[in-house]
Amino acid sequence: MAADLLAAPGGGRDLELVGITKRFGEAVAVDDLSLRMPAGSFFALLGPSGCGKTTMLRMVAGLEVPTAGQVLIGGDDVTTTRPYRRPVNTVFQSYALFPHLDVLENVAFGLRRRRERNAEQRAMAALDMVELGPLARRRPTRLSGGQQQRVALARALVNNPAVLLLDEPLGALDLKLRRQMQVELKRIQDEVGGTTFVHVTHDQEEAMTMADTVAVMNAGRIEQLGPPQELYDLPRTPFVANFLGRSNLLPGTVVEERDGLLGVDAAGTRLLVPADRAVARSGQVLVGIRPEKVHLVAAGADEPADSTVLGPGTVADVSFSGVSTEYLVDVAGYGRMSVFTQNLGAGPGAMVGEQVRLAWSPRHAFVLVGDAPAAGPLEREAATVGAAGGTGP
Amino acid sequence: MTAALTSATAEAGAPPPPPRGSSRIAWLLLTPGLAYLVLFFVAPVAVLLLTSLYERVPDGPVGATRPALRWENYTDALVTYAPQFGRSFLYAFIATVLALAIGYPLAYVIAVRCRNRPLLQGLLLVLVIAPFFTSFILRTIAWKQILADESLVVAVLKTISLLPDDARLTATPTAVVAGLTYNFLPFMTLPIYANLERLDLRLIEAGEDLYANPAETFRRVTLPLSMPGIVAGSLLTFIPAAGDYVNSALLGTASTAMIGNVIDSRFFRVVDYPTAAALSVLLMAAILLLVAAYVRRSGTDDLL
Ligand SMILES: Nc1ncnc2c1ncn2[C@@H]1O[C@H](COP(=O)(O)OP(=O)(O)O)[C@@H](O)[C@H]1O
Ligand SMILES: [Mg+2]
Repeated sequence: MAADLLAAPGGGRDLELVGITKRFGEAVAVDDLSLRMPAGSFFALLGPSGCGKTTMLRMVAGLEVPTAGQVLIGGDDVTTTRPYRRPVNTVFQSYALFPHLDVLENVAFGLRRRRERNAEQRAMAALDMVELGPLARRRPTRLSGGQQQRVALARALVNNPAVLLLDEPLGALDLKLRRQMQVELKRIQDEVGGTTFVHVTHDQEEAMTMADTVAVMNAGRIEQLGPPQELYDLPRTPFVANFLGRSNLLPGTVVEERDGLLGVDAAGTRLLVPADRAVARSGQVLVGIRPEKVHLVAAGADEPADSTVLGPGTVADVSFSGVSTEYLVDVAGYGRMSVFTQNLGAGPGAMVGEQVRLAWSPRHAFVLVGDAPAAGPLEREAATVGAAGGTGP
Repeated sequence: MTAALTSATAEAGAPPPPPRGSSRIAWLLLTPGLAYLVLFFVAPVAVLLLTSLYERVPDGPVGATRPALRWENYTDALVTYAPQFGRSFLYAFIATVLALAIGYPLAYVIAVRCRNRPLLQGLLLVLVIAPFFTSFILRTIAWKQILADESLVVAVLKTISLLPDDARLTATPTAVVAGLTYNFLPFMTLPIYANLERLDLRLIEAGEDLYANPAETFRRVTLPLSMPGIVAGSLLTFIPAAGDYVNSALLGTASTAMIGNVIDSRFFRVVDYPTAAALSVLLMAAILLLVAAYVRRSGTDDLL
């Protein structure tokens, strides 16, 4: 019922950015960025704090004018169109609810400005959709963070915009509420149909569970763009490999290519990688392998057939996290490798100090070019979440 | 979802009750303030109220009065000085509106437009406050010069035909209202500035994002949010302006006399204390009523 009132004709439209650059004085916030988001898609923009996500959204909303480049909505150039003339609505990072209006009037604000009929009923329907109908006459300051967030969502969605911009809308919520809202947001997107959702987040799990397409942004640029599974399975840059989940990256040199497999010499061991999973087929490269794709092979045990084997190494740390256990293994010549094993209840795994070898199937490996980023606390945190396999706790 | 809703609703429950036992300390801390109020507000007002009901000693010396309950003092004062009362409120009202018209844009520019330029902001604020560095009386006398018949302002206005050749500015209601506006402008500007200074610009952006053009955003977002500043500024302008006598005395004539001038002359020249006191009480009561009606109407309770 709510959806009928909301999904007026008009629907979503393609959003296209062409060579967008934004400079603040000397600093470049968004750097020659181009991308296309098809109508009706759920697009996640993922990147660390300060990489230019908010700036990009503000240029789409019209709150910031690009230094160079164009913004197209449904093919129309809106680069310099004033915000109130764009078919775009924003759920602001800070919600920005009007403190002098009650919840219902907040939601009806856009409809009233456009002199739409039934503004009040439609606002009420939008509030029902986010399950806040009973609080319609409250002041927003009297609501909890999660409730305010839903008012902000209703206030934007009720206008049935072609493009809905969500700037870290779940950032201020606690983990449990965030998970619920992720599901809720997906449901609402299905319900309103057609509206293009651009969801900005720095939470890689949120991006992967919600979006059809994820763009990983770093320092004002898009590093890689694609469906979440594809991005996770085959990252194309060291940044993506370690921002979206975590990867073991081993520097080496390509020495041969045979039967569609690249042979990479990494500190004396021959690592095999499918050639079509390689960014470069010669020279200095990084061989990447996800921690959950690596198996521990106990000393004396047989190695699995057709696998790349590294080691032996020494188990330096074991951390149990419920669904999985992470092992940190120091392998001479390669540094510290990370291994995730699912807790299948098959007895205790390796102990600290134990000698183990590491094995993986070559088809899971990938080849990147560049410097391996040092694992910071952020990536560590991101990796732990990713280890659950994207299914969530 | 529903579970989250109920738990979140429960969170926003009643605030914890204030701690007990500290009330004695609270009273102790309040004592100096209360003593001050009793000494300098309650007592004078009580004396004023009593005096306003005194009666003249028949055939006594000038100004001699004796305690009585002569309520006619009020009706007499009201009837005799109705024009001055009306003028006071009219002049004060016009001056308040003018001060708002000048002060709001000024405060907006300083608080919002200059937000990223603290140096300019500070400079403009100093300029707003600068008139306080000289005496109120001196500034009003300066206005007398500015508006005088032979002044440059009048000459220029006459040359460009904005003012008829035989017209004058000094000793007119215009001069009095101009003086009131000028003198109380900072009292209008500063509270509005203090309010707009805290204005969350993200709300303006939200307004624009929700299809409100700049004019509508101002009307629907900025203006309602700055109501507390406007109310405070209007009160700080209107109340002293309604009781003012300096501007009318220096810039006006007998025909522009305000109630302040009457009270002044009743107290200090005619030595008619009961009438002066009755007028003061009436002025106070009228202002209280107007202010109460105004604050109620502007409905800023939940913003203050
Ligand atoms: N108005 C501004 N003036 C100057 N620098 C800005 C402004 N807005 C953003 N920046 C800079 O641009 C970069 C990107 O910011 P932002 O888009 O907010 O990042 P994110 O939303 O990804 O955290 C940051 O380095 C930030 O300091
Ligand atoms: Mg941001």
